[in-house]
Amino acid sequence: MPDVHDENDPRPLPPPGSGHFDYAGNQGLLVEQDTLLEPDPAKREEARSLWGDAWRDLRRRPIFLISAALIVLLLIIAIFPGLFTNANPRQSDLVHNYLRKPDWTDFFGAGWFGYDGQGRSIYARVLYGARASITVGLTVTLAVTLLGGLAGMLAGYFGGWADAVLSRIVDIFFGIPLLLGALVLLNAFTVRTVWTVAFALAFLGWTQIARVMRGAVLTVKQADYVVAGKALGAGTSRLMLRHILPNAIAPVIVVATIALGGYITAEATLSFLGIGLQDPTISWGVDISSAQKVIRTASFVLFFPAAALSLTVLAFIMLGDAVRDALDPKLR
Amino acid sequence: MTPNGASAIGTTVPEEVAFQQEVPKGEPILEVRDLVKYFPLTKGILFRKQVGAVKAVDGVSFDLMQGETLGIVGESGCGKSTLAKVLMNLEAATAGSVRYKGEEISRLVFQDPYTSLNPRMTVGDIIGEPYEIHPEVAPKGERRKAVQDLLDVVGLNPEYINRYPHQFSGGQRQRIGIARGLALKPEIIICDEPVSALDVSVQAQVINLLEQLQSEFNLSYMFIAHDLSIVRHISDRVGVMYLGKIVEIGTDLEIYDHATHPYTQALLSAVPVPDPAARADRDRIVLVGDVPSPANPPSGCRFRTRCWKAQPKCAEEVPALMARDWLRDLAVHDSACHFAAEREVDLEK
Repeated sequence: MPDVHDENDPRPLPPPGSGHFDYAGNQGLLVEQDTLLEPDPAKREEARSLWGDAWRDLRRRPIFLISAALIVLLLIIAIFPGLFTNANPRQSDLVHNYLRKPDWTDFFGAGWFGYDGQGRSIYARVLYGARASITVGLTVTLAVTLLGGLAGMLAGYFGGWADAVLSRIVDIFFGIPLLLGALVLLNAFTVRTVWTVAFALAFLGWTQIARVMRGAVLTVKQADYVVAGKALGAGTSRLMLRHILPNAIAPVIVVATIALGGYITAEATLSFLGIGLQDPTISWGVDISSAQKVIRTASFVLFFPAAALSLTVLAFIMLGDAVRDALDPKLR
Repeated sequence: MTPNGASAIGTTVPEEVAFQQEVPKGEPILEVRDLVKYFPLTKGILFRKQVGAVKAVDGVSFDLMQGETLGIVGESGCGKSTLAKVLMNLEAATAGSVRYKGEEISRLVFQDPYTSLNPRMTVGDIIGEPYEIHPEVAPKGERRKAVQDLLDVVGLNPEYINRYPHQFSGGQRQRIGIARGLALKPEIIICDEPVSALDVSVQAQVINLLEQLQSEFNLSYMFIAHDLSIVRHISDRVGVMYLGKIVEIGTDLEIYDHATHPYTQALLSAVPVPDPAARADRDRIVLVGDVPSPANPPSGCRFRTRCWKAQPKCAEEVPALMARDWLRDLAVHDSACHFAAEREVDLEK
């Protein structure tokens, strides 16, 4: 085949004498020269792939840059909260600090965001609370995306019995309200940590992703390009990973990033109900729930942990949006 | 479902045959005998019970010769695409045999170039995928060059290798599909309505490309379409399908000018005539009724419910696909009608 290509090359030959390999206008050499003197620019360009292109595109998207910067900042806060404040989040001073209003002149000081009902620095608590909230949010989201994605992919791809069994399991889990189920489940644990809460939420939450994934896979599976891959002899893993997954992942990314915020709030709700994280643990959820008691007298106590939660959710939703768009070549 | 694996329809050829390349021109390269594909109709959710079958392809036999183009025409739902899928081993045949001579490599070119290319793969990845699946064909370092050569062969700029399918027009996308089909150097290409989704002007370009590739690489085509004019243009022989069976098969001249099966005659009379003056004169055969359900086809001749020649014999006896001894000249070709005869009216007057 390559031989045919050279003979029928539609590109015009350079005029005789234009190259330094021209021996008396020999035709054969001229053809040789054509490739020697004018190397196709595309031939030296790197071969590209979807993920490489997506990354190249992401780096130029302001939304991605902003959300990524926010997430990096949040992660640094979660890992090293002590870098940002000297205040101790557990130190109470009811005499001087009971529900003291924010002091805006004290930038990054202990009283910057005010003090809560126990006389503790809200600024320090927001910083130290990031670890528990982000851990729960990220762990649960990762777990449900992997578990739900896998279940949805298997159910959608194989159909038949696999689909029937998996879909019924999904239906059963779907019938259990997330909070009620988590209440029952967490009651079984005597000590409740970030990980038990994350486990309970992931255990009950994966069905949502599984449904979305199954639906997307069912649509994509019908596409001619999947049949084409099959006709070429592609194996199941190649069809799933190269053809179906990239085309079915977009709705999953959207649902997962929105759900991430939901899981952080679910953790907050569970804490509020007294079944999630307990008071020595610092989390935005614990603080939001305890702030509700004083919302009329001191709304700032609720405002700061709630704002931190919203900002985190926003950052992840923006990231999800940017990644989804970057993975669709049509939107680039 | 590997194309090289053993299968029920006997596409696996013995080793010594597999290495005997270069089937001489005019010899059959693909032999299809009594091919049957039924899709079961089931009832019940938990305990499935087969209540019938859609007889999509029901006893199809033909030979595809080396270097020839065999057109398969028929209306929607007559089993053309199912036939292609069974030949490509994408569906397992219910019965019958498909035998490839020489190297068993056939490739499919799809109907809709908008859905047959993965929108999230670059053109280089799409055309190069056959090499990734069959790495023995092209070593890793040469794949990029091979892909660019293929792009060049189908008339696309080799620099397009990093573009995505949506950046191309329908005709260019179909060229990409053809390049993918050519990657493994097949001997047979099965084209399932390759131009029906394209503009008429682009259709001609793609057809010309297919013809040019055929002479360059000595390909054999099975060309499935419902557009009779295009099939006539590209095909050496033409088979007409109705309800899962081939009702008439012969050279393009035999089929188009000397059709003996009433269904073929009706089909040909429906071809649009570009000349308005001639349009008034032509003698259209308008078939009454709908195509019967392939789940419950008529007894005997399947066309009898819509045929103006139908006799009691047609309901009792399935007409064989053969040349009838009362026919003369070009009318002597395989036709599955008890009363095969050329039409009296000249279709092209």
